[in-house]
Formats: sequence, C-alpha cells, structure tokens
Amino acid sequence: MRQYLKSMKTVTKVDFATYLGVILAFIIVTVCQSMGLLNRSMTGMLVPICCYVCMAVSLNLTVGILGELSLGHAGFMSVGAFSGIVTAMSLQSAIPNDLVRMILALIVGAFFAAVVGFIVGIPVLRLRGDYLAIVTLAFGEIIKDLINCLLVGWDENGLHIALNLDGTKSMSSLGLTENGIEIIKGAQGATGNARIATFTVGFVLVMITLIVVLNLVRSRTGRAVMAIRDNRIAAESVGLNVTKYKLTAFVVSTALAGAAGALFGLNYSNVTAAQFDFNTSILVLVYVVLGGLGNIWGSVVAATVLYILPEALRQFSDYRMLVYAIVLILVMLATNNPTFKAIFSRLRRKDDLPDTAGKEAQ
Amino acid sequence: MEFLSYLVTGISLGSIYAIIALGYTMVYGIAKMLNFAHGDVIMVGGYVAFYATSFATGSLLGEDPSDGAVLLATLGSVLLAMLVCTALGVVIEGLAYKPLRSAPSLAVLITAIGVSYFLQNAAQLIFGAAPKNFTPVVSGQLTLFGGQLRISYIALLTVATCLVIMAALTTFINKSKLGKAMRACSEDKGAAQLMGINVNGTISMTFAIGSALAAIAGVLLCSYSPLLQPTTGSMPGIKAFTAAVFGGIGSVPGAFLGGLLLGIIESLAQAYISTQLSNTIMFAVLIVVLLVKPAGLLGKYVPEKV
Amino acid sequence: MFSRLIPVRSPNMLPDRDIDKSPILECIGVGINFGGLAAVEDFNIAIGRTEISGLIGPNGAGKTTVFNLLTKVYQPTKGTILLDGKDTHGMTTAQVNRAGIARTFQNIRLFGNLTVEENVTVAMDAQMTYNTLSGILRLPKFWKEERVAHERAMELLGLFNMQDMAGVKASSLPYGAQRRLEIVRALATNPSLLLLDEPAAGMNPSETAELMENIRKIRDVFQIAVLLIEHDMSLVMNICEGIAVLNFGRIIAKGTPADIQSDPAVIEAYLGKRKEA
Repeated sequence: MRQYLKSMKTVTKVDFATYLGVILAFIIVTVCQSMGLLNRSMTGMLVPICCYVCMAVSLNLTVGILGELSLGHAGFMSVGAFSGIVTAMSLQSAIPNDLVRMILALIVGAFFAAVVGFIVGIPVLRLRGDYLAIVTLAFGEIIKDLINCLLVGWDENGLHIALNLDGTKSMSSLGLTENGIEIIKGAQGATGNARIATFTVGFVLVMITLIVVLNLVRSRTGRAVMAIRDNRIAAESVGLNVTKYKLTAFVVSTALAGAAGALFGLNYSNVTAAQFDFNTSILVLVYVVLGGLGNIWGSVVAATVLYILPEALRQFSDYRMLVYAIVLILVMLATNNPTFKAIFSRLRRKDDLPDTAGKEAQ
Repeated sequence: MEFLSYLVTGISLGSIYAIIALGYTMVYGIAKMLNFAHGDVIMVGGYVAFYATSFATGSLLGEDPSDGAVLLATLGSVLLAMLVCTALGVVIEGLAYKPLRSAPSLAVLITAIGVSYFLQNAAQLIFGAAPKNFTPVVSGQLTLFGGQLRISYIALLTVATCLVIMAALTTFINKSKLGKAMRACSEDKGAAQLMGINVNGTISMTFAIGSALAAIAGVLLCSYSPLLQPTTGSMPGIKAFTAAVFGGIGSVPGAFLGGLLLGIIESLAQAYISTQLSNTIMFAVLIVVLLVKPAGLLGKYVPEKV
Repeated sequence: MFSRLIPVRSPNMLPDRDIDKSPILECIGVGINFGGLAAVEDFNIAIGRTEISGLIGPNGAGKTTVFNLLTKVYQPTKGTILLDGKDTHGMTTAQVNRAGIARTFQNIRLFGNLTVEENVTVAMDAQMTYNTLSGILRLPKFWKEERVAHERAMELLGLFNMQDMAGVKASSLPYGAQRRLEIVRALATNPSLLLLDEPAAGMNPSETAELMENIRKIRDVFQIAVLLIEHDMSLVMNICEGIAVLNFGRIIAKGTPADIQSDPAVIEAYLGKRKEA
C-alpha cells in the first residue's frame, strides 16, 4: 500500500486536493463564524450550500460519470427531505438528542431516495439520450405531485399516512390523538419542522458524498460505468453487465441526493414539495455542467459559487437574475465556442509549459 | 354529453400543445437540440399580443368600434406577435445557439436554459410580475343539443388553427425547396452542406417558423387561460416538449398526435380521476408509452450500427 | 446433421495439434434475416482450439454480421452456435464474452476517456470479486485485486510494448496503437476465441508485418483460437491455417490458403465472371 501511495497518480492527487480544499473551507468558515465575521444572510447560506454541493456531486455521478441526462434529480431530494423530516419529527420524543435524530434522518432519507431511485431506474435506464431525460423529468414531476397529496401525522400509536388523491381528505382524516403532531400537510408541505441541520453536519455530509463518489469512480464500478458511457457496445463485448452497473451508479446518486434532501428539509421550518420541482433539478444540472462533466471538484466549486452568486448580485437588485442568466450564457459560450476555446487554450499552453517540462524531467 | 364536452376541451388544449410541440420537434429534428427557451417565446408572444390589443382598443379604435375594426386589430396584434417572436427566435439562435453548433449537446441545453431564465426575468422587468388579464381573441360559444353541449368559439378556432398549421407545415416540408433543405439538414448536415444547402440559413429558418408558431400558440394559450405572467410559458412548454417526445421527437405528425393525445389525457384525467394528479397521469402515460415504444409513437428507432 | 459439420481443413501441422480435441467453436446452419433479407445464411464452420483462421469475402458479404452473431450483438434467427460444446442460445453479448469470445471492432471502439491501463483493467471486471461497497470503503480486497489487475494489465500491454502509454487517455493514442489496445483489451477478458475485425485496416506494410507476428505470438502465448476478418490477402494467406470465404451471406469456399487461392468460385466472387468469348 505504501508503494501504491508513492506511485500516486495525478487523479489521486486531485482527489486529495478536493478533500483538503473542502476541509480548509470548513475550517476558515467556522473560524470566521466564531469571530462574528459572517452576517445573518451568510450563515443562513451555509447549510443550503452543503446541500447543493452534495446534489451537484451526486448528479455529476449520473450525468458526468454515467453519461445519462437526468432532469428529475430534485425529485429524489424531495423524497429524502420528506422522509427525513418524518423521521426526525416522529422520533422527537423517543430520541431527544438532535444530532442522533439528524443522522437517522439522513440515513432514512438516503434509504428512501435509493428505493425510489431503484424503482425509477429500472425502466428509465433502458431508454437512451433525450428520451431518458424526459422520463426522469416526468418522474420528478410525478414524485412532486404525489408528495403534494401526502398527509402524514404521528401520535403515540405510530405513524398515520394517507394519500389525498381526490382532494377529499384533510389532516383530520388521519385520526390523530390529542398529542399527535401533523408532519406533512399535503400541498402545504411540512410545517413547524425542528431545524436541527447544522453546518458541521452539512460539512460531514459533503465529505461523505465526496468519498463515496470519488472512491466509487476510482474502483471497478466507476471504471465499468465510464466504459459503458464511452461505448456501450464495446463495454458489453468485454463482459460488463451494463444494466447492473448503470443501476448501481444511479441508485448511489439518488441515495446521496436523498441525504442532501434530508439535510435541506431539516434546515427550514417550512418545506413544500413545490420547492423540489423541475427548476431545482435544472439549477443543479447547471452547477454540474458549469463545473465540468465528470469533474467532481468542479461541481463543488460551481455549486458554491453559483449559489452565492445571486446573493452577491444583490446590488443589482431587480436585475440580478437577469445578470445571472447572461453570465450563464456567456460562460457556456466562452467554454464551448471553438473560437473562444482556441484563445483559452493558447493562454493555458503558456501556463502549462513549466508543468510539461517537469513531467519530462521525471 | 359531459364526456363529449371534456373531450372537446381536451382536443382544443391538445391543439395548443401540438402547435408548441411543432416548434420543439422541428428544432430538434434539424439542430438536434432541446430548445428549452421555446416556452418563453410563447410568453413573449402573449405579451406582445396583449399590449398590441390594449393599445388598439385603448387609443386607435374609438369608443364602440365596429366588429370589423376589432377583428382587424386582433389580427394585426397576432401578426405583430408573430413578427416579434420570429425576430426573437432568429436572434436567440444567432447569438446563443449558432456559436455552439459543434459543442456537446449538454452545453447547448444549458445555454437554452440560460436563455429561458433571461427571457423570464427580462419579461418580469419589462412587463412586471403581476399577472395580466388577457382578453380572449374571440368570445362566445356554440350551443348544441339544446344547451347540453357548449363549445366556446375559441376552442373551435384553436382546433381549426392547429389543423391549418399542420396542413400548411406538412405541405411546406414535403413540397417546397426549403422544406426539402430542412429534411436534408436533419438527416446529415455535412452532406447537405456539400450539396450546396445553406445549413445555417436553414436552421435559422426553422427557428423562425417555430417561433412564429409559438406566437400563435401564445395567443391561443392566453385566450384559453387568460392569466398572463412571465412564467406563463414554462409549464405548457414542458408539456408540449413531453408531447413532442410522446409522438416521437423530430417527427411533425408525431408532434401533432402527441399534443392532441396529451391534451385529451389531461382533460379527461382532470374530469374523471383527480385534478391534482392530472399531470401525474399524463406523465405516467408518457413513461408507459416510451417503455413500449422507446422512440415515441411515430419516431423511428435507429439501433446503433456495429 | 453432422455431415455438414466439416471442420475447416487446415495445413499439415494442425491435425496433430488440434484434431483429437473438440473444436472451440462450431456453427451449425447459423443465419439471420433483416426484414426478410437473409444477411447470413446456412453458416457452418468449426474452429480448432489453437487455430488461426480467416473469414474473407467482398464488401457487404456479411463478415462483420457473422461476428455480431457470434458475439450476440444480433441474435441469430436460425441455427446453433456451440462454444466449447455449449450452446450459446439466449446468451447476451456480455455472457458470451464471459463464456470465452472476445472481439475487436472494425471501427475502433475504445473507451476514449479512460486511460490505456483502465481500458485493459475494465475488461478484467468479470475476474474481480470485490463489490461496490468494498470499493467505496477501500477494503483490503479492493487493494489486492486492483494491484493484481494493474500488474496483469502491464504484462498484457508489455506484449505490444505499450507499458509506457499506460497513463495516456485512449482517445489520444495514435491510430495503430488504438488498434493494438483493442486487441490487448480483448485479451484481458481471458478469451478462448479471439475475433479480430480487420486488424490491419489502415496499417502500412511494416505495421502489418508486425501485426502478423503479434497474432502468432498471441496464439502461442495464450494457446487460444483466433478468427479474423481481413482484406489484406498477404496477411490472411500468411498466417491463417484455415479460411472461409463468404459472399452474399453464404460460405462459398472453405479450406487451406492454397485451396482458396485456386478456387474458381472465390476468384469469381472477387474478380467477377470472365466473359464468354
């Protein structure tokens, strides 16, 4: 193993730099926070940033590594958020410790999102390209609509769950006792949640997400998944079980989205299913594409910067989303237009010179 | 009778989806891109028609104008909306999509999303976030079977417009020189270029046609559900996109069929199953259809050659 | 039925080596229809365990389709394919590969974004046993199997002197190296039959000569059978011990290179019929 470390490849170094960067960022932010350098709006952004970093990294597993465009990632976040909320709320009296409940909520959220991901993945992954994209979109909307009909309450007799499909049921049809708590109220969503998500938990979740995704990518599973992405027919010809690997990557991706959702849900006192709609999926997709497909640290940076950007653009007040849109278009043009690219690569070649010289010396 | 009236609603709603889906499917067929901003072009069309009509009724036509003048004003504002949207479509294509012709499709998709954000936010700044109350282009309804079945004129107009567009577009694509160029470009851009076809011009033309159709769809959509706001186009856009995929993206008859079926499914699901779950049912049908026919109802499934 | 099962006649050395063993591959009346058109029909062939054999024929004769049938990219509509005596009916491409058939492609199909080494190790997937979770948790099994895979990959790449390219992205390799990598990748799956689809396409004479040596080396080192499609007649005649000629989806001749070169049906298929005076 020591030998392995000595001959550590560039990819491995990049992975460690990613971990180190996230840890450093956490330390710096925590120090700043304790010194009172962060204002209210900044501290309020910390947990959501962690959520969106996890979302972007996990979506990158589907879109960048597996190579399948998913437009419904927010649906899995939603499943994780609401199952996490239900877990945390119903265990309130049984487990008074917030941290333990938070961890349980993350696990339950990840589990349920993985189950839904598995169910969705079996039909979806048979399709290709844009057809797969539209079906993930469809599933995302279906999940949203179903959660909008969901009524959940808890009392000493346990969980009460009802599906208000025809609009005739209300919270009272759950038949909760006096001590019962109403957890999810259909389209109103979950209100009165215990806000037990913390930045530290968020940081740990980001680290776990990174470790899971990076280690998966650098194992036989990741290699197989990327081979399938690059050339499905050749992948089959070398004996890879395409369905199994695709499903594995997809389910891991949805499980991580579920955990991110649980963190998100327990950071706000009110959460509705409508928050996890198509636009949220697109938002995360933008992070992934701008960070670079298959580029994990790129997703971390892009999610962080792009989440902060609209806030930083507050000085433009009404124009900020307009500016955001223009920045988005310009970045895509700058990174993908051949003319722009040629200019960039010329600049970069100058920067790279010492680096290549170093490689040759080895 | 009740069923029939829901069916009529579904067909007219489906006709709107079909007109929007045509824009998606033509652009996809030729440029192989999902133009997510298409729904927002619809919204722009709606606003242009709204302001043109209110300007006409407010200052051009005096009090108590004749029916002919109102009709002329309405037609004029629809035409203006089409012109503005056509120009908008061509400009968007030229500025945002043309530079990315050789880029990966995902990059183009994100750019299209950027354009969509831009249009929505620009509309919010220019027209305000508060919904406008759109006056339907025609009012009144047809009463049949002694009042048992009422069909609004706007529904009839929508279906008629859709049929006319469908017929005109099919003729255009199959018979005209430009239509032939469009088909050639969608098959193989490189070969089309070698045959002397102006590929960039043809793609711009496709965007122009799609955007003009979006303007018509915008007017019809706002006449159908009169609240006009910057996000008006998004949901119908997504549904029409679904309709295009449902019918087989890239196929013009497929967009028509997909739009109609989706409209009917939505209307019947709303009436007989559940209002909240009408989208769920619609999407579930889409999923089932795609699992049975992976390239949509009328799409061609081309297996990869080894 | 078995009367049709004539093994490809091979040069003198082959019988001593292979004739007492059952063939590695037998095709009995294999055929496929594409929309009524018989792309391959009544395809009968038997290949010895360490035989190098060739499949030739004019363009569009159905040679690659035969490969696609053998590897189950297409399911044959007729006939039986026996691999090492076992019927491959109903197997998928991946299952056939794990049963022992590996192939290369006419239009190169590498995993372009993976490195050369990863292209090889990914083909050893069926030989690895650690699961996704032990990969994520980096359990000892992961390190052990990855090290073995790494060493084997380097060994295989060494066959073609490609060790120093191990860290290069496959898509940035020069053309000839890409073709060689496809062969190494196929070998990494531990096949008993290697199918090569036009391995010499686009190569110059000296590269072709090197390739010939390599194909012989592969057979000798791994003791496996090789079936190749090739248009370069000097290569085919030089290294193949048995040849089958395909035209319009049917085998029109089978035999040793010498038989084939003098077969009138083959000459006609390649050059056309001589006009009667």
